[in-house]
Amino acid sequence: MSPQSETVTNPRLSPVGWLRWFWRQLTSMRTALLLLLLLAIAAIPGSLVPQRSSDPNGVTQYFADNKDLAPVLDKLQLFDVYSSAWFSAIYLLLFVSLIGCVVPRVAYHWNALRSAPPRTPSNFSRLPASESFDTNTDPAISIDRARALLRRQGYRIARYDSKTRLTLSAERGYARETGNLVFHSALVGVLVAVGLGGGAGFAGQRVIYEGQAFANTLLAYDSFNPGRFFSPSELTPYTVRLDSFTTVYEEKNPNAIGQPTDYTAKVTVQLKDQAPEAKVIKVNEPLRYGNTDIYLLGNGYAPQVTVRNPAGEVIFTDTIPFLPQDKNLTSVGVVKLPDGLSDQLGLVGFFYPTVSKGHSGAFFSMYPDLIDPVLTFNVWKGDLGLNEGVPRSVYSLDTSKMTKLTGQKTDLASLELKPGDTVDLPEGLGTVTFDGVKRFVSLDIHNDPAQGWVLFFALLALGSLLFSLFIPRRRVWIAVTGSKVEVGALARGDDPTLDARVAELVTALRTELGT
Amino acid sequence: MTDTFSQFSVLSLYSAMGLYAVAFILFTLDLSGLASAKARLARIGLSITWLGFALQIVATVLRGIAASRVPWANMYEFAMTGTLMIMSVFLIVNLKWDIRYLGAFITGLVLLLLGISATRYYVEVVPLPPALQSYWLVIHVFVATLATGFFALGFALSLAQLLQERRERATTDKQASRWAWLSRLPNSVTLENFAYRLIIVGFVLWTFTLIAGAVWAEKAWGRYWGWDVKEVWTFIIWTIYAGYLHARSTRGWRGSRSATLAMIGFGAVIFNFTVVNIFFKGLHAYSGLS
Ligand code: HEM
Repeated sequence: MSPQSETVTNPRLSPVGWLRWFWRQLTSMRTALLLLLLLAIAAIPGSLVPQRSSDPNGVTQYFADNKDLAPVLDKLQLFDVYSSAWFSAIYLLLFVSLIGCVVPRVAYHWNALRSAPPRTPSNFSRLPASESFDTNTDPAISIDRARALLRRQGYRIARYDSKTRLTLSAERGYARETGNLVFHSALVGVLVAVGLGGGAGFAGQRVIYEGQAFANTLLAYDSFNPGRFFSPSELTPYTVRLDSFTTVYEEKNPNAIGQPTDYTAKVTVQLKDQAPEAKVIKVNEPLRYGNTDIYLLGNGYAPQVTVRNPAGEVIFTDTIPFLPQDKNLTSVGVVKLPDGLSDQLGLVGFFYPTVSKGHSGAFFSMYPDLIDPVLTFNVWKGDLGLNEGVPRSVYSLDTSKMTKLTGQKTDLASLELKPGDTVDLPEGLGTVTFDGVKRFVSLDIHNDPAQGWVLFFALLALGSLLFSLFIPRRRVWIAVTGSKVEVGALARGDDPTLDARVAELVTALRTELGT
Repeated sequence: MTDTFSQFSVLSLYSAMGLYAVAFILFTLDLSGLASAKARLARIGLSITWLGFALQIVATVLRGIAASRVPWANMYEFAMTGTLMIMSVFLIVNLKWDIRYLGAFITGLVLLLLGISATRYYVEVVPLPPALQSYWLVIHVFVATLATGFFALGFALSLAQLLQERRERATTDKQASRWAWLSRLPNSVTLENFAYRLIIVGFVLWTFTLIAGAVWAEKAWGRYWGWDVKEVWTFIIWTIYAGYLHARSTRGWRGSRSATLAMIGFGAVIFNFTVVNIFFKGLHAYSGLS
């Protein structure tokens, strides 16, 4: 099997010869080893550079911080290491090598399983472990008893006799190789299941506040990542309503005041045409419902705001999720008022669940729960940029064509409201009311039909690995020549206990033969 | 109450470290061959290590009682439990095979890790954040630390093997005398086989850790695998050790090369535990440091 000797004896290879040579190289143990090590090395950069898949904001930040370097890294696919061409090439080659390696071994092992153990060697002293002793039991009886003993120990046995020498050839531990082959095949199973699962399922995010419901349809998602083979008709028709969201904050331990210790979302879910059910979603307890898994991944505050025009008519009323900025849940959100007033207005809001004033006079939140909530607004007037057909984030305001009316660098202070307060907008534009505040949760909804298979193959790999690593494979030979009994053994693979096993066998045999 | 328990825990831990330090000195003296009553030094060292180990168990259990949960939920606690596992594996294996010659290495390593984490990364007991409230914390992290214990011994034995190979290759008297302190260690092939037997146990445990981590990630974060930094390093470590196992059956790689891989593997384990926990940012930000 040595590829070197092939090239030496066949210096001029035909194309087919080259292919065969390449294939042998690829499926050789050394290549497998090198590819494994290469894979380990290739995985490293993905932990040094932020990845689009796991940390998209980090990538944006990296581009901002390293204007020259980032595009170069991007060309090298260093922001998408695990889907990059080079990373994929390594693991695909590795798996081709693996398959090329395993298939012939399966055939070989299949034959070995069905054929008798090999002939008894004539000279046991060449074996890595051997012993002998004398007995006065009749040779025919000795060999029969030895056979029974080995059988009880799970050996497969064949008898090879010559005129003067009665011998047994026995082998056990076939499960080691079986385990090894199943293990490698299971790895292929994991890879295939991961690949198929990613293509078939979907992952979507949706924010809902207390009292709000959402229907599991494409349009209802805030963001949605379908797999390659996903079709929207696969979305199970159901609705989820957030009935309440409660958090528990640590109040006693002085080292952890305000640290959240529990999040509980109570929801009502309802499959189309069926009765509603009350369920609970917690951080480590996703809700498995209607073919999907619903996870509780984020939460925050959603102030309820009403805006009236100078005539006192309501032109806007809504509950707006604000994005948390720190662990005490200072939160930022935006209210956009395109219609109903003489100008377009944008309100940039800061919400402090428990307000406090710093030395500089700036507000901050000192506790994440709602003890003394305050909402402030900076008011911007001008063009919201909503008519340009460019999708705008609901969480940010494009102020490039707007002027600031209140807050820093203006003559007017920011609007400041406690729940129930109503204040005037500047320039007599109308009024804003802070009606109250609700909790919102951000739900991740996933479907990965192959996930169970990935787990199945992973566990299969783990189980077969045990066989492959811990079942010793040995051959044992016993020969009886006159009064002399010889025992010899050979391990296949690592088996440091071989000598001890031979000694044990000899002891057992002697007891059996009464010597 | 919590405070009292955690104070006693700290006290116990520092006492254990003191004992480990003494044991380290004795083991080292024994190895160096400077002291005459060699065998006895190692034996005393071992007894002192057992004593330190008992105190470390007390420290760890008290920390768990103080926190009313398993004592492995932040960097300081990972170090405490992780080194306890390294010690356990060393002491338990030593019951069966005499590996006192690794005593200096193991006590030294544990002392170093404990010293750094107790002085630099100590944090008070705080409750678990919701993401960590799961029985998977108990299983996944515990098995990972246990695997670390086996890999640590594998590293020490591989290192001894590499040094021993040098001694065995020595041709001149001068060279031979330089490595004389290794003469009481088993030969390199024995060391290698021994390292292998421990590493395969570690590898199975690590495989389990990887799978359990994925199962937990699916529950807590909504996906079983997302190439988060910690996931990446767990994968890298697994791959290196898979490489090690292959190297053992590859012609030309068995022996010093595979031993080097085993050492790199443990290097990656330590890197994962220290640098990745402290300096890398990712979802696994549970060092408890901010
Ligand atoms: C994804 C890539 C691979 C991984 C993760 C992997 C993993 C492993 C592991 C963990 C073992 C040790 C456990 C055991 O003995 O069953 C092993 C053994 C083995 N692997 Fe792989 N393997 C891979 C690819 C390959 C390839 C491509 C080949 C063929 C060239 C191969 C051939 C073998 C052989 C022959 C053994 C048995 C070694 C022995 O008897 O000690 N493996 N593999």
